[in-house]
Amino acid sequence: MGQAIVVTSGKGGVGKTTTSANIGTALALQGKRVCLVDTDIGLRNLDVVMGLENRIIYDLVDVVEGRCKIHQALVKDKRFDDLLYLLPAAQTSDKTAVQPEQMKTLINNLKQDYDYIIIDCPAGIEQGYKNAVAGADKAIVVTTPEVSAVRDADRIIGLLEKEENVEAPKLVINRIRSHMMKNGDMLDVDEITAHLSIDLIGIVADDDEVIKASNHGEPIALNPNSKASIAYRNIARRILGESIPLQQLDDGDKGVFTKIKKFFGVK
Amino acid sequence: MKKTQNVLIKGTKDGLTLHLDDLCSYEELKKELDSKLTENSLANKDRPLISVRVQVGNRYLTEEQQEEIKNLIRQKKNLVVELIQSNVMTKEEAELAISANEIVPVARVIRSGQVLETPGDLLLVGDVNPGGTVRAGGNIFIMGALKGIAHAGCYGNSEAVVVASVMNPSQIRISHCINRAPDYTTDKEKREMECAYIDETDHIIIDRLQVLSQLRPNLTKLEGGR
Repeated sequence: MGQAIVVTSGKGGVGKTTTSANIGTALALQGKRVCLVDTDIGLRNLDVVMGLENRIIYDLVDVVEGRCKIHQALVKDKRFDDLLYLLPAAQTSDKTAVQPEQMKTLINNLKQDYDYIIIDCPAGIEQGYKNAVAGADKAIVVTTPEVSAVRDADRIIGLLEKEENVEAPKLVINRIRSHMMKNGDMLDVDEITAHLSIDLIGIVADDDEVIKASNHGEPIALNPNSKASIAYRNIARRILGESIPLQQLDDGDKGVFTKIKKFFGVK
Repeated sequence: MKKTQNVLIKGTKDGLTLHLDDLCSYEELKKELDSKLTENSLANKDRPLISVRVQVGNRYLTEEQQEEIKNLIRQKKNLVVELIQSNVMTKEEAELAISANEIVPVARVIRSGQVLETPGDLLLVGDVNPGGTVRAGGNIFIMGALKGIAHAGCYGNSEAVVVASVMNPSQIRISHCINRAPDYTTDKEKREMECAYIDETDHIIIDRLQVLSQLRPNLTKLEGGR
């Protein structure tokens, strides 16, 4: 029996889809059987980021309405040997085509066959969000170091805490620009974590390679040389229960020393 | 032998007190009250208004009955009912009174979009994040950071205060007054251990929390002590 993790944020454009794709990919790289579920019905793009758009035959709404079996709708990722699958969202309907109860049944069915179900949640807190959260056991909240994104993350954490079946959410801070954080122009990691008061499960630096990779339909996690890729792989390993220290944001060995100093409260 | 009176009129330095017996029937009481007041009212025609306290003992009077008694007394020219005192109250009233005087502890973070409301005082162990709201009929004590909205005395208690370990609210409301944070904060000074209250000019003032012991002595409920 696997576990279902919903990736959500409240605000749009903070990197939910990218995070879903890369955590899924990184988990598959660790040898886990993973199924990605896109619940953004009407505005799907997880398939594009994964480069699987052309292979879609059936979608989530087809499964829910009984037009096909689950395994017919699942798109297999050829880069992995039977480890990574995608259940794409429908593009022709909208969020009301699915009810939370139906999603719950669907996710429970998938949990029989996969180790991890990664649910990509749409932006907002309406029907789409409710569908995405319905079947989830765990939640990852993605935010960026911007006040507006943190505000929405706070709202979504409040909603997630009301869900009885979902464990306390974990935080991913995405698109960190280390130089701006250092100058105090951007919210700092500690500041965000203290404000939201939930566990941090990963930080991802802003990296041009991420955009390049998703435009090519290849999740960045497949490229071992990028900083963002390592960040996503670290998140996946933390999901698996390993304890890995947070990535250094700025290069140079000065970082460790200042961090220790900061830890002891020396300026 | 004449049975004991159900209505006793006593004069005190604050005015008249009517002691109404709590064992006889309500109808009987009304009749006797009426006759008693009629025989007395004739004598003092030109006297100024006299305020009357009604003491009903262990009898529970409903709103209508209270109104009836008041009317009965008011009809007698120069008498005005100041208040009706009773030793008993309904369970509902009692529970309401308890909840309005209770301090409710809550340990959680009030996040954006969430509203927490308590009838009495609120003791919040956690933060109020921007976009979150806490409301209380009484005072609000926040052990964490107040960054959202706090509304103390929300049913109209101007004596209520807001206290927070870190005072950084987007808005503070006390009773009918509203105060908000300045649009531009120039300095990033730490606002720790502060309180908000309404001063004599009907404005919300934010100050060190130590001033409260002088301004709101009622906050201290402990009696005695050393």
